[in-house]
Amino acid sequence: MFAFFLILAGGTQMFALDGVINWSTVSAQFIVLAVGVSLLMIAGEFDLSLGSMAGFSGMVFGLLVIHVGIPVWVAILLTFVVCALIGTINGVLVIRTGLPSFVVTLAFMFILRGATIWSAITFNKQPVVSGIGDAAAGDPIAWLFGGKAFTGLFTWLGQQGIIETYTRGTRAGQPIVDGIPMLILWAIGLVIVGQWVLTRTKFGNWIYAAGGDPQAARNVGVPVARVKVLMFIVAAICAALLGISQAIEFGSAASDRGIMKEFEAIICVVIGGALLTGGYGSVVGAALGAVIFGVVQQGLFFTNVESSLFRVFLGTILLGAVVANTYIRRSITGER
Amino acid sequence: MTTPILEMINIQKHFGRIIALSGVSFSVMPGECHCLLGDNGAGKSTFIKTMSGAHTPTGGEMRIAGDTVHFTSPREALAAGIATVYQDLAMIPLMSVSRNFWLGREPEAGFGPLRWLDFKKADAITLEQMKQMGINLREPGQAVGTLSGGERQTVAIARAVYFGAKVLILDEPTSALGVRQTANVLTTIDRVRKKGIGVVFITHNVRHAMAVGDRFTVLNRGKTLGTADRGHISSEELQSLMAGGQELAQLEASLGKTI
Repeated sequence: MFAFFLILAGGTQMFALDGVINWSTVSAQFIVLAVGVSLLMIAGEFDLSLGSMAGFSGMVFGLLVIHVGIPVWVAILLTFVVCALIGTINGVLVIRTGLPSFVVTLAFMFILRGATIWSAITFNKQPVVSGIGDAAAGDPIAWLFGGKAFTGLFTWLGQQGIIETYTRGTRAGQPIVDGIPMLILWAIGLVIVGQWVLTRTKFGNWIYAAGGDPQAARNVGVPVARVKVLMFIVAAICAALLGISQAIEFGSAASDRGIMKEFEAIICVVIGGALLTGGYGSVVGAALGAVIFGVVQQGLFFTNVESSLFRVFLGTILLGAVVANTYIRRSITGER
Repeated sequence: MTTPILEMINIQKHFGRIIALSGVSFSVMPGECHCLLGDNGAGKSTFIKTMSGAHTPTGGEMRIAGDTVHFTSPREALAAGIATVYQDLAMIPLMSVSRNFWLGREPEAGFGPLRWLDFKKADAITLEQMKQMGINLREPGQAVGTLSGGERQTVAIARAVYFGAKVLILDEPTSALGVRQTANVLTTIDRVRKKGIGVVFITHNVRHAMAVGDRFTVLNRGKTLGTADRGHISSEELQSLMAGGQELAQLEASLGKTI
């Protein structure tokens, strides 16, 4: 995939430092969600409400900061709590009713999206809550979500002439890339922690078991319901992280943010080798799927290919991945 | 005479007005394979679930090594040494043998809250236990799905034995298997018995029961029709007891004893 775009877009900006940062940032957005979704899917459940959850969390955060007027860091923590609670409701509903998570979370996809738009209109008179950037400046933890890391290093690199700097304008002398967006660091951290928990810990073993065969897992004493609900919460928190980061990054919360993100995350996870039926997959795989997603999306932009073809291309690799995964599953389980 | 490790005395189980078990008595000695035979619907699975703690009996008494016990969950039964291997819900095919073996009781290394799986220990013990049961794994990371049905049963049995089962309840372990795999499972049962574990072997196949059983109890319509020692009953008698006598005898005559 990289080679493909390296050839097509080699001469363009895509593989210059600012290009790399550009598609890495896009990929990081996918990764943050894909980590949560992959863990949830391996535990055997879906969550279609995550895109709405990202939009909703941004809105809750924005309204708390701008209209309630509480400090940004309190708003961030409150938003995480609210989303974790909604994740819990999702999970408990799925477990208690025995309904497919598809239906339950589809309902929440609409409920949360509707609530997001309604609250924006009701409290703010317009669908976008702006001014978050000013409020977040100087906050003790806001930089963790919307800032850039290693700015000092990049300034130094710029001064040494190692990386490109602006040659004109008000920012002349400053590096074009002035730091690594925090979201990229979050993504990397989440992948490392997620993969470690999944493959190296007892709890990870239970996640695989809960998705692989819940009844067999229950028979040997694995608390399947608890594992699944926890994964719903983790996925919801990942969505909240994305929502809050974007709100701080853009300085605003828009009620249409996060649309389609839940499906895109599922695509990333499936491209990364996870089974739709649960019990198989990896966090690293999902992250690679997300990087492919980001590279393709930005790559088509850089190669000047009509951007609507992006979806055609994506659908095609999704199909390919699902078929391949099914064959792998059969070869492992010996099913026919 | 030694005391049985597990004794079920006049066990009754009612589901509302439906009587699933109406007085079942059954016992297992250490190192014994006691076969529980019964046709479909005879109450076998209800009885298994009562023994393994999933159902609480409506009436009757349950004793372990002579002491009366009341189980309210399978976990309690497991803690008391009663392990159940279900025929198809024993293993998770997509996970490795080692992960399956340790599932729910994973060995951990680490310090404080930072703990991880001790793969070295887990894999070494899994390999060794499998070897004892006569299965040579290529590697402990091999997925259970690559094993045959008989081998999967054996892994489940080995797991139960390793984790200290005193009574092993096997729910139709041979019903879905071919001839060769059945022979493997029966060999495993024999191995387990020699370790001094009491085996409850549930089946509706008289020949499999005759191959390893020390005692035979037939369950029919929620009642035990009696227990017989090895050598005191023929397979024909067991067969007709299971089916409730008369009709099958006639049927059998016309089929030329092929059932």
